[in-house]
Amino acid sequence: MDVLSSLGDGFVVAFTLQNLLLALLGCFLGTVMGALPGLGPSNGVAILIPLAFTLGLPATPALILLTSVYYGAMYGGRISSILLNIPGDEPAMMTTLDGYPMAKKGMAGEALALSGIASFVGSFFATWGLVLLAPQLVKVALLFGPAEYFALFTLAFATLGGIASRNQAKAAFAAALGLGIATIGVDGQTGVPRFAFGEVHLYDGIDFLVAIVGLFAVSEVFVFLERHHGNADADSSKMTIGRVTPPLSMLKKTTGAMSRSTVIGFIAGVLPGAGASLGSFLAYSLEKKVSDKDGTFGKGDPRGVAAPEAGNNAAAGGALVPMLALGVPGSGTTAVLLAMLLALNITPGPLLFQQNPDVVWGLIAALFIGNVMLLLMNIPMVSLFVRVLLIPPKYLMPAVAMISFVGIYGISGSTFDLMVMVGFGVLGWVLRKLDVPLVPIILGVLLGDQMEKNLRRAMTISDGDWTTLFASPLSIALWAFAILGFVAPIVFGRFFRMKKREEDVGD
Amino acid sequence: MSDRIFGVIGLLLSAFYVWQATLIQESFIQDPVGPKAFPVLIAIVLAAASFVFVLRPDPAPQWPAAGRLFEIAVSAALMIAYALALPEAGFVASTAVAAAFLSWRLGTHPLAAVIAGIAIAIGIYVVFHLILGLSLAEGPWGF
Repeated sequence: MDVLSSLGDGFVVAFTLQNLLLALLGCFLGTVMGALPGLGPSNGVAILIPLAFTLGLPATPALILLTSVYYGAMYGGRISSILLNIPGDEPAMMTTLDGYPMAKKGMAGEALALSGIASFVGSFFATWGLVLLAPQLVKVALLFGPAEYFALFTLAFATLGGIASRNQAKAAFAAALGLGIATIGVDGQTGVPRFAFGEVHLYDGIDFLVAIVGLFAVSEVFVFLERHHGNADADSSKMTIGRVTPPLSMLKKTTGAMSRSTVIGFIAGVLPGAGASLGSFLAYSLEKKVSDKDGTFGKGDPRGVAAPEAGNNAAAGGALVPMLALGVPGSGTTAVLLAMLLALNITPGPLLFQQNPDVVWGLIAALFIGNVMLLLMNIPMVSLFVRVLLIPPKYLMPAVAMISFVGIYGISGSTFDLMVMVGFGVLGWVLRKLDVPLVPIILGVLLGDQMEKNLRRAMTISDGDWTTLFASPLSIALWAFAILGFVAPIVFGRFFRMKKREEDVGD
Repeated sequence: MSDRIFGVIGLLLSAFYVWQATLIQESFIQDPVGPKAFPVLIAIVLAAASFVFVLRPDPAPQWPAAGRLFEIAVSAALMIAYALALPEAGFVASTAVAAAFLSWRLGTHPLAAVIAGIAIAIGIYVVFHLILGLSLAEGPWGF
């Protein structure tokens, strides 16, 4: 019962006034960001990292603030899905299928409350899963040498495109681009500058925060400019939500849906290459298979609201397992959270659990606290968050852009970094148009240094013998999964996408 | 077509990257792999992926009309100008101008956009500088 006592210590860390207030602030901001279309969890956390960093918050409070935002955004995404039929963020897509019909039937309040409870159930049990599973994974990770780490990083890149990936070549391109950007600057092993073109600013390399904020937040501004989309999608007539407590009978009816979806979502979150979007998709599809006997799914069935919400919140918790235990994120937002850890000079992975147990367990305790706060906030105060949808993007997006500039300028005070950020913004917009995923780029920039270091360390140990990369059974297994994970979407992807499209458009 | 052009750019990029990698000065500290091997590995992946785009392009995306494209370019240029103006004109003035422009391009009435720009600039200044104590660019007037 080691784990429980560690968790207890974690609660001691988290239960300070400052940390509780930060968790509260994070939950609030996260819900708002999740609710606003155009500001998802990745964007939200990306903008806040440089701010948390420049405000000089110590590691644990900063982590508590930002993971609360992460959990909060997962709650917030459902609000616009249900009321406007527009997912506030990608994982909330499946919630539109039954959430919006429920709202049209005049049951918006019930749908919001029910999805809030489903979110709570999903993330509460997923956080327990994190508590129990992460220390086990750490034990495995301690067996990893440099060669295994190199294989693990390859595995992360190979599977990041995900099972539903449209074009694996584009995912590979994005990963290589990110890794290439990471090689810019002075080589850590031998001290020679690489790809710096004599530009002094580039000797330090490109700050990953600059790349992240540029690719996510600034490119979003360009997307809005392109669509000339300045008015809010909401008007107050759609904002009547009625009672915000679900009847007990509805809760009873959805218990099965919630528990099944939590398990599915958690597994999808832990596995590399799945993440919250797939978690909610699988949860919804399974629930439909199991309980759609009268064809009520898609027409406002409460179980169709509870399932994807429990699924995506459970996946959000599950995705933290590989991120904390191995230092390898399984989804886009956890990649951004990894950036935050690196910015705070914390290297996640097995050593984190041994060297900074207060950080890990304080964080996990904060997740429990944040989750309760989110439930309390999201049921009675939901009408407040609904108002947020009335903010038109024509005022919001300029503010977002300016706050991004403030954060990056605060880190370095350098005009050069700001220009690089704008460059990344334009790049991000073009790549989005071409359907190139941005997350592998981020992950490449984040992990490039580590990946190369492990490769070269393995080579140094073996004195230049490349077969060392495939020498241990563990690394062979990792390579096998990497190849499988990369090839599977090419073979099965078509089938998956067809099914997903059916769900999206059909019924 | 877009994908084909993109693929060609990718191929050129990887060629340039390899060329630059061969120019890396080796230092007297050495490890068996050296600073060039990893970049070359990356370039191979980059080139292979680009080659696939050329051979099997996806359907082209809907590019915005020339006018809209120009607007995006101007906005990007404005952001660069904003970055350059920050140390000269200070935070509040530059931000007000930049935010007003973006808000105007997103469809706000010009007068409302000016007000929005000033409000955003002052709002950020109050929250991040006065309350949270973040250091923002100081211009000739100290704000």
